[in-house]
Amino acid sequence: MGLTAASTGTGAVEGKWVLRREHPEDRVIALAGNPNVGKSTLFNALTHLRQHTGNWPGKTVAAAQGRCEHKGRGYLLVDLPGTYSLLARSAEEEAARDFLCFGGADAAVVVCDATGLERNLNLVLQTLELHSRTVVCVNLLDEAERKGISVDLAELSRRLGVPVVGTAAGRGEGLEELLAAVEDVIAHPPQAKLPRYLPPIERALEVLTTQVSGRCGALPPRWTALRLLDGESSALASITQALGRDLREEPGIARCLTEVRAELARVGLEGELLRERLVSCLIWRAEDMAHAVVSSVQADSHRRDRRLDRIFTSRLTGIPVMLLLLAGVFWLTLAGANYPSQLLSQGLFWLQDRLSGLFTYLGAPQWLHDMLVLGVYRTLAWVVGVMLPPMAIFFPLFTLLEDFGYLPRVAFVLDHAFQKAHACGKQALTMAMGFGCNAAGVTGCRIIDSPRERLIAMLTNSFVPCNGRFPTLIALISMFFVGTAGGWGESLGAAVLLTGLIVLGVVLTFWASRLLSATVLKGAPSSFTLELPPYRRPRVGQVIVRSVLDRTLFVLARAAAVAAPAGLVIWLCANVEVQGGSILQHCTAFLDPLGRLMGLDGVILMAFLLGFPANEIVLPLILMTYLSSGSLLELGELEEMRALLVEQGWTGLTAVCMILFSLFHWPCSTTCLTVRKESGSWKWTALAWLLPTAVGMGLCILTAALARLLGLV
Amino acid sequence: MREQPRLSALGVGEEARVCRVEAASALRRRLMDLGLVPGTRVTCVGKSPAGDPAAYAFRGAVIALRRADAEEVCLFAGAELPLEEEAVGAWD
Repeated sequence: MGLTAASTGTGAVEGKWVLRREHPEDRVIALAGNPNVGKSTLFNALTHLRQHTGNWPGKTVAAAQGRCEHKGRGYLLVDLPGTYSLLARSAEEEAARDFLCFGGADAAVVVCDATGLERNLNLVLQTLELHSRTVVCVNLLDEAERKGISVDLAELSRRLGVPVVGTAAGRGEGLEELLAAVEDVIAHPPQAKLPRYLPPIERALEVLTTQVSGRCGALPPRWTALRLLDGESSALASITQALGRDLREEPGIARCLTEVRAELARVGLEGELLRERLVSCLIWRAEDMAHAVVSSVQADSHRRDRRLDRIFTSRLTGIPVMLLLLAGVFWLTLAGANYPSQLLSQGLFWLQDRLSGLFTYLGAPQWLHDMLVLGVYRTLAWVVGVMLPPMAIFFPLFTLLEDFGYLPRVAFVLDHAFQKAHACGKQALTMAMGFGCNAAGVTGCRIIDSPRERLIAMLTNSFVPCNGRFPTLIALISMFFVGTAGGWGESLGAAVLLTGLIVLGVVLTFWASRLLSATVLKGAPSSFTLELPPYRRPRVGQVIVRSVLDRTLFVLARAAAVAAPAGLVIWLCANVEVQGGSILQHCTAFLDPLGRLMGLDGVILMAFLLGFPANEIVLPLILMTYLSSGSLLELGELEEMRALLVEQGWTGLTAVCMILFSLFHWPCSTTCLTVRKESGSWKWTALAWLLPTAVGMGLCILTAALARLLGLV
Repeated sequence: MREQPRLSALGVGEEARVCRVEAASALRRRLMDLGLVPGTRVTCVGKSPAGDPAAYAFRGAVIALRRADAEEVCLFAGAELPLEEEAVGAWD
């Protein structure tokens, strides 16, 4: 398994764009901007779509498309991945640059953060060189106002030569004006004031631009000349691909390039220094402009952020605060979910009785009733009853922290450990995404530039439990370790245990990453930069609505879609007799020896195997299987569930091993397919499957052997 | 030439100006895109619990860098004039 481009997924992020125009006359608008400036929020506000947003750089890893209308005209918006520049080499930056250059956009909107305008202007200037039909959108004006920062939009527009519109996308302010400005630049291309370079560079550019003019297709000649002078290979490769020929091989251009290079070398501008000056000129220009248009009433408008950073990241408080926050989120989830959980399961089982009544009333045969009500409906009811309440609390809480800007601080605090594991610090971000969904976490690994480190992050993502596994962990902890009464004290105990499990998951992530970088993915840690964005006031109402509607219901629907057929399969397996026993008995009997070795039993292993499409259904499947072979109980509450499990021979060891195996086993089918897609290789997918499975089986066998040796069971 | 101070040596709350970025091509490019070009004023605003990485504020943003990477950024020593000929380069 060598580290070739094909095996490491560099091919995963394609520069090819398929525009989905609803109407041929729709205008195509590219939305560009630095990471984390509210681009996705703006996109959502304009298109009424629900691209996930969050306060950390790299949230948008794939370009989303959406349509909106303004004054009877349709616009197709393309939300490009956030980039600081169009000159560097990361996959997102290349994708954004290629779309702006060759994607055929009618206009570009560059979204800027009003609270840090200077840094954003670099990208604005680079975009102007590419696209004169550009509108600059100064977003987050509400945040800026809160920090006492004001931006002179008219002056900025005068200095750039293109329209500048102020927005507060979170509140939907300024969107009309933005679309009007977009229409305006399409109708009347503005005279953009392009950045000027040092005089010797300008002289060289002038000559080169004349040479290039007429030979560079639809590309702006000055921009093309700049790229030739700069000599950066990926930009030149894209140009060559777009034109179908290499400009550097045309005799006139090649000769001219050699001449101007020699001229520049005479004044000391060659190689790296030339490149540095090209970038510096843009940065200086941005600095100049920002000083002229931004004014701040406070001497240090970021003081509050620095104070919060001291709490969240300092040596004394960084890690304790992180653990406290995690435990706090779990505590609120557990304590809050308890009562609604009981209510919900009572309601769902009341409905089951009504359904049974209905079947009797209709005179349906008994087997049909058993199959649909006891098989399909009951499994579904358990999945909904067990999962919905904790998810409906955990997701919004987690999203609030995300919206606030806490996640990059976690990455900052944990980076040292990742560095020791020869991995990238941004892996902490993809790990945090894994809490929501491991498949999303794997896709999120695109924010990691180094192919080696990206693979490490993908292969170890399932070491943290996704939301599909949280309810199982919570139920097991409550039943076997802290009691099921569900008081605030017991919830606290459960929250502490759950936090401990997450810490174990994170520690094993470090360990597995180190193992990978010492064996199949050898290499030294590469350099990386991590932005710590300004803290933002979370939009509470929006977060709750969005996370309940989008994430909770989406995940629930997926689980239910799997649970219903799985319930049917289990019921059939339990009731179809072959050679003196049900199919289920044959299967579980076959798996039983391995299960016992791991401190589990055949039924549990079988449930994990059947739960491959969705982890949510593992616990319901176990109960279902036990019920089909044992006495029928009216299950509603955890205490009754516990009684059933104990009756089936569960001990504390079974619970511990089940918890360990829930944490560390094969990723679900969606995650596996995502690893395949992102890595482009079945071999890495197999490793992503094997690694956590081997760790989980090893831990379970070890725990079981140890417990038996010590005579604990 | 005497040993120049490095960005990694900057303590929390200390401020300096960048004189040169010596990092290898990819990181150098990224740092410059973020605005860390010669002459830029940088403040170290915090260190992580392990002391590495550290957070640096420049041009209105805060960027975390690992120590090994911050080593590659040279600073002007305290008394040196920041914008001498070396930094401005061949403007004329």
